[in-house]
Amino acid sequence: MIAVIDYGAGNLFSVCNALTFLGIPHEVTKDAAVLDKADAVILPGVGAFPAAMEALTATGLTDTIIENARKKPLLGICLGMQMLFDRSDEMGDTLGLGLIPGYVSRIPSQRVIIPHMGWNELVITQDCPLLSGLDAPVYTYFVHSYQAFCDDANIVAYCDYDGKVPALVTDGGFVFGAQFHPEKSGEQGLMMLRRFEEMAR
Amino acid sequence: MLAKRIIPCLDVRHGKVVKGVNFEGVKDVGDPVACAAEYNRQGADEIVFYDIVASHEGRGTFLDVVRETAKQVFVPLTVGGGISSVADMRETLRAGADKISINSAAVKNPQLISDGAEIFGSQCIVVGIDAKRDGRGGFTVYANGGRIDMHVDLLEWVTEIEQRGAGEICLNSIDTDGVRGGFDLEMLKAVCARVRIPVIASGGAGKLSDFAEVFQETDATAALAASLFHFGELTIPQVKADCRSKGIAMR
Repeated sequence: MIAVIDYGAGNLFSVCNALTFLGIPHEVTKDAAVLDKADAVILPGVGAFPAAMEALTATGLTDTIIENARKKPLLGICLGMQMLFDRSDEMGDTLGLGLIPGYVSRIPSQRVIIPHMGWNELVITQDCPLLSGLDAPVYTYFVHSYQAFCDDANIVAYCDYDGKVPALVTDGGFVFGAQFHPEKSGEQGLMMLRRFEEMAR
Repeated sequence: MLAKRIIPCLDVRHGKVVKGVNFEGVKDVGDPVACAAEYNRQGADEIVFYDIVASHEGRGTFLDVVRETAKQVFVPLTVGGGISSVADMRETLRAGADKISINSAAVKNPQLISDGAEIFGSQCIVVGIDAKRDGRGGFTVYANGGRIDMHVDLLEWVTEIEQRGAGEICLNSIDTDGVRGGFDLEMLKAVCARVRIPVIASGGAGKLSDFAEVFQETDATAALAASLFHFGELTIPQVKADCRSKGIAMR
């Protein structure tokens, strides 16, 4: 069973729709005991970093999430991915979960349309179980104005948006973050969710 | 590289697609869920549902369509028509929409854009605009499906939309809509030069090359069409192949 963390994130339902479609057992929860017994955890998220971090902290789950991330797969999606990092400067400085070293800041290019919205091609730089079996080109759906800044070692795939935008990141262990929305990225996105579930077995 | 998006729009009335969609293999041409699934299969980058009646009584049926589609179609889903309050937005998002499109309600009450962006995030607030040449070298904004001249300058309006936190603009030109002579390049250029948020081109597509043209000539990041795709005159793969052959990035 995959625990989908419920702290009021807007894309919670889309994520659950995709898991249901794939026949993947899941439970929407804000209960630490459910997280502890889950095989894997998904942290969804859309919106602004400070408000989301505040809402997540209010569930009292942050320590449980960090502990579980040492022993079972965790996937952060969109803002949920950004929350895996140390901090973000969106609307002031806010601490994240600190599971992947790096920070989140505004997409730096002055030449591009913001938000980065639409389908962008992944440039895959490392093997990753989430991407196994996917045929190039892999296009995924993005919508964000802030991006992660981190070491190349933590980047599994990036996309080009007048600069390198980390698209899929990892701590090298069980923690994964997707800046894009796999639940809205068509067949290829669904395949990634399927791979995530297989990792949890 | 970010791909340009091709977006089919489905007009829905009383839970059925208006006039029906002529697809091979889709038995009930009026079933919006089946049509959306077919567009998804063809490679649509997003799908728009528009409630053309937008009556209070029909709302439940319409949201059932959204709910059912969101269970089967995993590309972004934008929903418009009859959304005039934060409560309407919440209800629509909870039904499974990824973005909500507001048009007349935003012109009449611009605060709705700010409230929506604040509560649900800019990424899900699309402001639709119906605009027309004002005869004095500018463009003016219309409401109620292009019936009421709001006497609002288009370029001032798009600036306000961006400042209030909308994530995207869908620009429909009344001058070119239905004429099938191509998108309104002049209007699109004027708007794209004014804002930094994505602009979807709408109104006027009549032939294959119109799509590549709008991407080559303007900074529009997406192009929307309805009847052209519904009646099978053009398919999404045809449009994408033509754009690709002209060097435009497509998914």
